[in-house]
Amino acid sequence: MPDTGTSDAFVAFERVQKSYDGETLVVKDLNLNMPKGEFLTMLGPSGSGKTTCLMMLAGFETATHGEIKLDGVSINNIPPHKRGIGMVFQNYALFPHMTVAENLSFPLEVRKIGKSEREKKVMRALDMVEMGAFGGRRPAQLSGGQQQRIALARALVFEPELVLMDEPLGALDKQLREKMQFEITDLAHRLGITVVYVTHDQTEALTMSDRVAVFDDGRIQQLAPPDELYEAPQNSFVAQFIGENNTLEGVVKEISGSRCTVQLDGGEVIDAMPVNVSKVGERTRVSIRPERVEVNPDLGEGAHTLKAKVKEFIYMGDIFRTRLSVAGNEDFIIKTRNRPDQVRLSPGDEVTIGWLPEDCRALDAQ
Amino acid sequence: MKLTKTLMASTALTVAAGAVAAQDMADSMTLVSWGGAYQASQDNAYAKPYAEMHPEVSIAWDESSNEAVAKLRAMNEAGNITWDLVDVVAADAMRLCDEGLAMEYDPDDLLAEAPDGTSAEDDFGDMIVSDCFIPQIVYSTTVGYRTDLVGDTAPTDICAIFDLEAYPGKRSLEKRPINNMEWALYCDGVAKDEIYDVLETPEGQDQALAKLDTIKDNVVWWSAGADTPQLLADGEVVMGSTYNGRLFSVIEEQDQPVGMLWDMQVFDLDGWIIPTGLPEDRLARVKDFVKFATDTQRLADQAKYISYGPARQSSAPLVGQHEELGIDMAPHMPTDPENAANTLLYNYEFWADYRDDIDAKFQAWLAQ
Amino acid sequence: MSDATGPDTFDGPTPDNALRQAKKTSGPMLAADGTPLKKSLSRALRRQKMRALMLIAPLLLFVLVTFIAPIADMLFRSVENQIVSETLPLTTEELGNWDGQGMPPEAAFEAAYYDIFLAAERKQHTRLGTRLNYELTGASSLFRKSGRGLDDIGEVYQDQFEDLDENWDEALPWLELMGDPDWLAEQQEWAADEDGRQPRFELRDGIEEILPTTAREFAAFARFQQVEDQKNLLEEEPWSAVHTALYTDLAAGDMSSYSGPRADMLQAADALVASPEFETVSFLDGFEEIDEDWMEPPIWQTIKLYSPNYTSGYFLNSVDMQLTPEGAEARPDNERIYMLLFKRTLFMSMVITFSCILLGYPVAYILSNLPMRSANLLMILVLLPFWTSLLVRTSAWKVMLQQQGVINDVLVWIGLVADDSRLTMINNQFGTIVAMTHILLPFMILPMYSVMSTIPPSYVRAAKSLGATNWTTFWRVYFPQSIPGIGAGSILVFILSIGYYITPEIVGGTTGTFISNRIAYHISSSLNWGLAAALGTILLAVVLILYWAYDRIVGIDNVKLG
Repeated sequence: MPDTGTSDAFVAFERVQKSYDGETLVVKDLNLNMPKGEFLTMLGPSGSGKTTCLMMLAGFETATHGEIKLDGVSINNIPPHKRGIGMVFQNYALFPHMTVAENLSFPLEVRKIGKSEREKKVMRALDMVEMGAFGGRRPAQLSGGQQQRIALARALVFEPELVLMDEPLGALDKQLREKMQFEITDLAHRLGITVVYVTHDQTEALTMSDRVAVFDDGRIQQLAPPDELYEAPQNSFVAQFIGENNTLEGVVKEISGSRCTVQLDGGEVIDAMPVNVSKVGERTRVSIRPERVEVNPDLGEGAHTLKAKVKEFIYMGDIFRTRLSVAGNEDFIIKTRNRPDQVRLSPGDEVTIGWLPEDCRALDAQ
Repeated sequence: MKLTKTLMASTALTVAAGAVAAQDMADSMTLVSWGGAYQASQDNAYAKPYAEMHPEVSIAWDESSNEAVAKLRAMNEAGNITWDLVDVVAADAMRLCDEGLAMEYDPDDLLAEAPDGTSAEDDFGDMIVSDCFIPQIVYSTTVGYRTDLVGDTAPTDICAIFDLEAYPGKRSLEKRPINNMEWALYCDGVAKDEIYDVLETPEGQDQALAKLDTIKDNVVWWSAGADTPQLLADGEVVMGSTYNGRLFSVIEEQDQPVGMLWDMQVFDLDGWIIPTGLPEDRLARVKDFVKFATDTQRLADQAKYISYGPARQSSAPLVGQHEELGIDMAPHMPTDPENAANTLLYNYEFWADYRDDIDAKFQAWLAQ
Repeated sequence: MSDATGPDTFDGPTPDNALRQAKKTSGPMLAADGTPLKKSLSRALRRQKMRALMLIAPLLLFVLVTFIAPIADMLFRSVENQIVSETLPLTTEELGNWDGQGMPPEAAFEAAYYDIFLAAERKQHTRLGTRLNYELTGASSLFRKSGRGLDDIGEVYQDQFEDLDENWDEALPWLELMGDPDWLAEQQEWAADEDGRQPRFELRDGIEEILPTTAREFAAFARFQQVEDQKNLLEEEPWSAVHTALYTDLAAGDMSSYSGPRADMLQAADALVASPEFETVSFLDGFEEIDEDWMEPPIWQTIKLYSPNYTSGYFLNSVDMQLTPEGAEARPDNERIYMLLFKRTLFMSMVITFSCILLGYPVAYILSNLPMRSANLLMILVLLPFWTSLLVRTSAWKVMLQQQGVINDVLVWIGLVADDSRLTMINNQFGTIVAMTHILLPFMILPMYSVMSTIPPSYVRAAKSLGATNWTTFWRVYFPQSIPGIGAGSILVFILSIGYYITPEIVGGTTGTFISNRIAYHISSSLNWGLAAALGTILLAVVLILYWAYDRIVGIDNVKLG
């Protein structure tokens, strides 16, 4: 588990709690360790505590309880300007009364770096984000994407080892956002910096991060690399929150090692992988990804099949999206690739669907 | 028979004439005065009795007398006179007359004669200082002092103002040259009857300012009549000039430790003017009111409420007691012979000419 | 045209088409129906513009009436000077030929006699006296006296002509002599019932050649009676100026050949004038009789100096100068006051503005950083002074600051100040600055607050994350962004304080008064509205110049009120 081994952790949250009003906890008992050079994303719905964690790390909020360590040293009592952490803000926060070059020069000036070296570093940072020609402009004269690059350059120009980014791409249009996602990760890896990135956009989280921490209700629900998060969600919140997901509700009938049997509410019995069910008779939610479902399957041993009725068929170009009624769930979605031999279903068709038991995860019932 | 007929006819005529006259008079009137106790005394002595006799008339008061000259000029330029009768000091009445903003009148025609038959012109005598001015009261500007702050010897003459050794502390004087320049010269040794001859010359003006200069740092300059009484009550000043009616109110009505000087007080007059350009019905109403409000009894009545002397000679014997305090008012009148042993009469002609010039010098001196 | 629309004739006017057309031709761009695009655009916009104009029309009218018009009137008053030439038309004309040295010729006295006589009848001579008294001490009573005294000159002649023939004091014989016979017939017809409009007096043909001065004066008399006094001319005996004029004409001309109406009466009068026992008064003596001052050059020089319709006199006065026959000159030292007051007003307004910034900035900062609820509460406290009358607030400062006042009492009680050396904090500049800073503070806080609340907290965070200390963050990042608020507040406070007069009047004593106090004095007390207007105009100009300078240095687009 990556959580363990605090000795080599670059950033560490140890039992951190945060409350604003003294009554409710916004962050509940947070533990997190990050090695140097990692790109970690905090993902979660709004109000889940992810931004609060970022602000505590930056020093703009103080932890009510617990310790935050940077490179092994507690930074709880260090004011933000002495933490040496670069930060990119949601709306860039470029100083409107300064030119681009002055904005970049600002962190160097307060560090009392000489003029010639300052200019060199500013030029280098601007070149790094391909904005070398814009040093004399004011932020208001730049487009959103350009401002984003400058904000990035400003957070990097004083060569911090840790950079925090608070939904930095939220204000950009889709195409630009995708381009910037790539540029940021590329830059982070090239410079070898550690990045904590906050977003509520799961695609962004999955494409950019080394690891993703999914936040909900003031806790990290799961901390894992993107593929693991998608393929092996640890609970039904993560399963629901990351990607598209079908759920069938039922009761655990039998558990034996890596297999369990679940009786669905409609009476059908299926095989599944027990993830966080522990005893027989417990209610569970069974989760199956839409692309793992096969129509009229020809599956081997242990496969399970169910009867389904087609409700809707949507042509989406590269895939077909079919909505079915399965075991009392009217919103069961399957996705099939658009191949010449693929059957196109029409509403009213009665079919059999099936999946591998490994793809079917029995999770908590919430 | 013939007699009754004639009588009836003449009665009918009189009634008819009266009815016509009443119809021709406006039934509302706006009087302008200074507000405060003075306006209240006018309301009690003139306006309320008049309103009782003429219930159809509504009388409104406007407290704008201190800016009456400017406002009347503005009204005249706009061609819309909203005031019917304005209470002003004599100097302002003269200026309004000069500007053609106040109506000239014939005293014997407009004003009632005295009970003994003396004509109004003779009864008012010298008080009619301008062809437009209808005199009402005589007041004086004099000096009041804190009895508890002047030591054992209370001041008895006006020159106490300039005596910083005997009476240290602040004194309040009006923020204008009038009165102050006269007192300064008088206390600098100029004979009383030569004051204006001296003040006419630049050297005389410099002499007066030089005298005032000796107390300049100890003077609080006032511009509203209520200032000095307040400053005296607060103990901010040892002595100060103000109107005698204000001092009467501080001493007798509010019972403050204040005394007043009756020496070299400056006599001035206050009275009505009728604005020019009133429509006929309003003019008729105002004339009717003025005739009533300036008769011998009414002027004497006003002295029940405030210690200003009536402008008619025939009113003086009728002055009675204070309406509430019940004290005899005559000894508090500036016109009382006891009080008028050494007085100065405001020189209207002089100040009309020298006001602009001396004021410029006075203000320049003040600002330095 | 076909070239421009050729390939696209059946397409709609899409933006693409327009672009393509623009590339193809350098001529005017055309709309789909072939009219020039500009024209059809402006036609489409005209309705919109009209609507917008209608919406702002009430305000525009309001501003025009209540703001522009009074300012224009003020500008006009500061140079207007028609009163002299209107009241003394003959005199100013006569003095135009005078070189201004020594005494003017007797003709000027004669002209002044007729002018002042008529002005006195119209009750305008004292008004002129007041006007000239601003420039020359004594003019006021000189004119008042002259209005009464000039009758003495004319009565000498009037009495002698009357003694000779009663008819010289009757209306009708004069009208027969001077008036047009047709007019006289009409007048008599009108006089029967006095119904309708009185026929306007007309001079008899030829009378002007025989009796030029009399004709002029009689016409003036007739006009005054008919038009201004609405009197029936048939019942009005001519005033003595006409008799004086008659004497002048008879002395100058010979009436023996005259054969018109009333010839015998006129010839008898001519004979009387020619006889040695006829008593005469020279105009010079007449004026000397009224007042010695008429025998001195200053009054004449002043009239000559102020005879043009427009004068720079008021403006010169406002900068402590005066108009003299030799040109503009500085006033004597002991009359200079306005430049001092202008400088003091500017200086104190700046001090007040600066202390408002010092006191207001922290408050505005706190306000903008508090949560909404507490900010609103605090805002009410800031606005509280607005709900109290200005007079009450200023008087309250009096109670606080005076020597026997609250602050002094407390200081004495603590022992910081001895009882006999209480601080003087009122009736001086200090009092004015304190009271006005208090009164104007909300005008500083409000714009600063509204600018500060638009500065996102992320700027401060960004600066700190970049390594700036609290002070550097404030000074380099927060403060520059709050400058527009300071600018707006400063302009408001400065302009308001420059024109304040109630507070300085009450607490300013002698050293804490502003130029506005003098303006108010000239408006309401001295009635020298021309000077007040000139001072006001200069004040307006100073404000505009400062505004312009501010725009050049700070930039007016850097001012934000919200």
